[in-house]
Amino acid sequence: MSQPSLVIGNINWFKYASPQTFFPLAGAMIPWFGWAAAALAAAGLYVGFFVAPTDHQQGEAYRIIFIHVPAAWMSMFIYLVMAFWAGVGLAFNTRLSHMMAQALAPTGALMTFLALWTGALWGKPTWGTWWVWDARLTSELILLFLYLGFMALQAAIDEPRRADRAGALLALVGSVNVPIIYFSVQWWNTLHQGASVSLTAAPRMAATMLAGMLLMAFAFWFYSIAASLHRVRTIILERERGADWVKEYARGLR
Amino acid sequence: MSWGSLGEFLAMGGYALYVWGSYAVAAGLIVVEIAMLVARRRRALEGLGAGRAGAGSAP
Repeated sequence: MSQPSLVIGNINWFKYASPQTFFPLAGAMIPWFGWAAAALAAAGLYVGFFVAPTDHQQGEAYRIIFIHVPAAWMSMFIYLVMAFWAGVGLAFNTRLSHMMAQALAPTGALMTFLALWTGALWGKPTWGTWWVWDARLTSELILLFLYLGFMALQAAIDEPRRADRAGALLALVGSVNVPIIYFSVQWWNTLHQGASVSLTAAPRMAATMLAGMLLMAFAFWFYSIAASLHRVRTIILERERGADWVKEYARGLR
Repeated sequence: MSWGSLGEFLAMGGYALYVWGSYAVAAGLIVVEIAMLVARRRRALEGLGAGRAGAGSAP
């Protein structure tokens, strides 16, 4: 099969779109991202539990923030990255892009579930309820269903190329939900509070609280990269099992 | 540091259920995801005849 070429700055970028080229590269990156995630999480938990002060309104309950906000950020960000790769796959018909989208979905669903779960556990002591059908919570729940729908659709279609295209379409259409989640607290009158951190205004929290939250956000980010790279390698092994290099790789592990 | 003792730390100012319920489920799900990743890779390699290290089964 001849590969398409996209040469920018003397580098043929489609070279990295080949599963065979990407497989060892991804394998080499996993330990770096994995250990970085572990180190950042250790630092973030230390700052979150031993440096950041007690909140004068919420007491210790606010410490849920160190998981809740990073998980919620990642749930939206992973979806956008997944939709991006799905779109690239549709546009250039590159197998690896679709595999990447597929590899991101379970980790995205995990982050979405964690955002909802920790949100419920935070809502009970602060709002007096586990759940309320306001715009922020409802659109985040829809995000979970989009991830699960994407995974179910992929699993339901036997022919991989058709499953790729159907899943990619769902991923792209569903991406309109992400700005709805993000701006829901501005567009509607929600029980959920507005953004505590933005690029345009000073953060509305103590510096050490913010530091703990950002450390945990980077930890979740790097973890998601490591997990997705690990999963995409397995998907490559599953889908390219007929290729000689895959058989040779498996033989090398025997 | 805001904790006088381990008991105080674990009590989380009366919010232990909510705080530790969040952290325990987050840690548990990450452990489950890693276990699922490892299991799926092993299945794929077994399908390719690689098997577990040192126990390569012939097709």
